[in-house]
Amino acid sequence: MTLDAVLVVASALFSVGLYGALSQQVVVMVMMGLELMLNGVILAAAGFWWFLSPAPTGQVLLLVIIAAMTVEMAMGFAVATLLHRTREADMTDMAADLSG
Amino acid sequence: MFRSAVFWALAVTAVAAGVAVFRVDSMARATYALAVSFVAVGAALLLVELHYVGIVTVLMMVMEMAVMGVYMIMFMGMNPALMPMSMVHDNRRAVIAAVVTFLFLAGGALLVQWPERRGTPAADTTAALGGEIMGPKMLVMLTVSPVMVATIIAGIVLTSPRGRYDRLGEDLGGRPAEDPQPGGVGR
Repeated sequence: MTLDAVLVVASALFSVGLYGALSQQVVVMVMMGLELMLNGVILAAAGFWWFLSPAPTGQVLLLVIIAAMTVEMAMGFAVATLLHRTREADMTDMAADLSG
Repeated sequence: MFRSAVFWALAVTAVAAGVAVFRVDSMARATYALAVSFVAVGAALLLVELHYVGIVTVLMMVMEMAVMGVYMIMFMGMNPALMPMSMVHDNRRAVIAAVVTFLFLAGGALLVQWPERRGTPAADTTAALGGEIMGPKMLVMLTVSPVMVATIIAGIVLTSPRGRYDRLGEDLGGRPAEDPQPGGVGR
């Protein structure tokens, strides 16, 4: 177990999440992609913490990342609920008013 | 050696479950796959003695995925949450972007000469974290707390079926409110 290995795995998780966030049509599936990207960020931050500077400050950064993930999910669910209520939409393509 | 073996097992599980999120037939299965991925990463955090953060990650994400599963079954009109589905757009470009990103990030991780480790972890990392956020890093928690409160309020405002603009008009000048049901405390 090395920092390189941890970062390669984190890169794989981030990239798979990026694929999902870009390709999925359902709003909730897009959120899943974003979650997976943050999953990779958490793993990478933990790797940096353990292998480079295992001071308590690094753990605080990890808590902030987890808090950001919580906010993203809560707001994502709220916006998806609003979309569903106002226009019966659950797909990103049905809410593309601002695109272009 | 043991730690490496466990790490690789967890790493393969996390990535395979992550891929499965976008490959399985139904959204309910996708939710479970994402939960498995998070549990594997949470367990990997425990390997590097991030006990508190690892446990929080596992507990939070399992609950979140449970909520997500219920949510999808509630809101998906034609109920693809439980049925086979494939709803993607621009798949080819998304694959290319993901592969290029992976090559860039993994290449950087392997090519960079990382510095030597400085310091050693505290004997009790959880106590050290508690001391940090209740001491020199308290500002971080003081910032996160109002953000969380703002998130709760924003979530309620967005999801509320009937807000004050619905009741009183866009300029809030429609008094008295024409409520189909009286609200408030009866004053």
